[in-house]
Parts: sequence; structure tokens; C-alpha cells
Amino acid sequence: MKILKIIAIILLVAFVGIQFIPTTRNQSDTVPKTDFMLVNTVPKTIQKKLQVSCYDCHSNNTQYPWYNKIQPAAWFLEDHIKEGKDELNFNEWDSLSSRRKASKLRSIIKQIEGKEMPLDSYTLIHTDAKFSKAEKEDMITFITQLKDSL
Amino acid sequence: MSIVAMLLLAVSLTNAQEKEKMNQDHGNMKMDHSKMITMKSDAKAEAILSNYLNLKDALVGDDTKKAAQEGSKLVASLKAFDASSYSKENQKELADIIEDATEHAEHIYESAIDHQREHFKILSKDITDLVAITGTKSTLYEQFCPMYDNGAAWLSTKKEVRNPYYGSRMLKCGKIQKTIQ
Repeated sequence: MKILKIIAIILLVAFVGIQFIPTTRNQSDTVPKTDFMLVNTVPKTIQKKLQVSCYDCHSNNTQYPWYNKIQPAAWFLEDHIKEGKDELNFNEWDSLSSRRKASKLRSIIKQIEGKEMPLDSYTLIHTDAKFSKAEKEDMITFITQLKDSL
Repeated sequence: MSIVAMLLLAVSLTNAQEKEKMNQDHGNMKMDHSKMITMKSDAKAEAILSNYLNLKDALVGDDTKKAAQEGSKLVASLKAFDASSYSKENQKELADIIEDATEHAEHIYESAIDHQREHFKILSKDITDLVAITGTKSTLYEQFCPMYDNGAAWLSTKKEVRNPYYGSRMLKCGKIQKTIQ
């Protein structure tokens, strides 16, 4: 019993302790001119879907959930956002060449089609980020058109 | 007086001619030099092509593990490519191709076979565009399978069609659409 108590105290101290380790927050007030929505004519519904389902990890501005303030969840998020932005950053869309754009658009289609994006761990809490069948079709049609127009 | 002037003129003229000739020689030398560099960097393009072809063979053989290995080798040879001997315009295009191809090769290294094949489709376009600029010693056949993902092409050194997108499921699906020499 005593040992359990000690372990509980140690865990509590560790949990409180890691809260003081700072994380970098992915937030920005400005949307650069190279943003996907600014350089392409994107219908309102598609814009909203991209914003809700993709931009949190694929842009310079994340709408953080409440649990971001708590470690170790914040680390987990930070890592995902970094990886997401490395792969694709919608804010920097227009800095890509046509070849790179075509490549990225193709990957977007494949990822959404194959239900790999948005991540399950993300839609678990962001239920509104999930794609309904109709939303999925609309998005894929739009992205395909954009790809073919390059 | 006039004779001296004429002599001077003649001398300076020949001097000028000689100078011009020297400049020309220099120009020729420069050209030879750049040719040499081009030939050298072609070896790097050949290395990329050879890694790409090995990757293609791994996919034909439905071998995910081998494809992943070849993918990582391809990443290395793409990174080693040096475009400095090409024209400014080509340099830009080549950098673009290399960046794109590297990304796809990296994904091939990390993914299961279905994904590897998806990435291989775009990679094939990149490598075809690369070879169009760098040239190659070998004769290549651009082959095409109309069934995979609305049609997909790849490069091979052999005329016989061996499909990297389907492997054993549809080994001979496809046709030659272009010969690159």
C-alpha cells in the first residue's frame, strides 16, 4: 500500500513537472499571399471543409483544442503538426511549381479516397472534420478539376 | 612616313587577327570543358535511372521489401545529382524534378506495396522528364498500362512488357508507347 502511494506521488509530480516544459505553438495572424484559398477559386463549402479538416495540421495556424494545454497531449500534437506541415502546407501553396502542385493534389486525392486523412486520432475528437460520403465526393471532384487545370 | 604608317597598320591588323583567333581557341576550349562536365554528370543521371529500373523490377516481382530498399537507394542517388553543368533553365527544371522524385522515392521507402505503386506512377513521370534533359546511354521503352489509375506509364530497358503496377496479377498488361534513345 505504501509503495503504491509513493508511485502515485511520483507520477503526480512528474505529470505536474512536464506541464512546465514549453511547446512551440503553431499560430499566425496573417495568411500569406501564397495560400491555397487565395490563389485558387475555391467554393465556400470546400473552403470550410479544408479549414476544418486539414488546416489544423497543414497550415501555419492551428485552432488548438482545450487539451493542447496539457502534456503529454501537447507533444503529440506538436509532432503531428510538424510532420503535417513538412508534407503539405496550404499556406505556402503557390510557392510550389506546377509539377509539385500536381504531385500534392494527387496525394490529397489518394489520402482522402483511402480514408487515411484526416487521421483517425484527429477525427476522434474533431468529429466535424470527418468526411461524409457526399463531402468526400465533392472534395475529390474539386481537387481533380484543379489538378487537371494545371 | 606613309610607308611606316602602313607597316604599323599592317602589324596592328595581324595582331588583332591573332588575338581574335586566340579568343576563338579559348572559346573552343571552354566548349570542350563544358562537354566534359556534362558527360561526367550524366553518370549521376545514369545512376538514378539504374536505381529507378531496379525499383521497377522489384514492383514487377511484387516484392515490397526490395522495392523499399531500392527506393532508399534512389533517394541517395537523387540527392547526389549535380545539375550545375546544365543551362539555367534546365537547372531549375531539374531541381524541381529531383525534389518531386525524392519525395516519392521516400514514400516508396516507407510504404506498403499499394502505396509504393501509387508513388511509382508519378515518380515514373519525373524520371522520364529527367532523362529527357540529361539523356541516357541506354535505349528505353516507355510502356503504358491503360488500366491502372486511368492509365500509368513506366520506363523499361526491355521490349517485353512486365507490369510494375499489377505484378503477377496482370504481368503482361500494357504496351510500348514510345522508344527513347
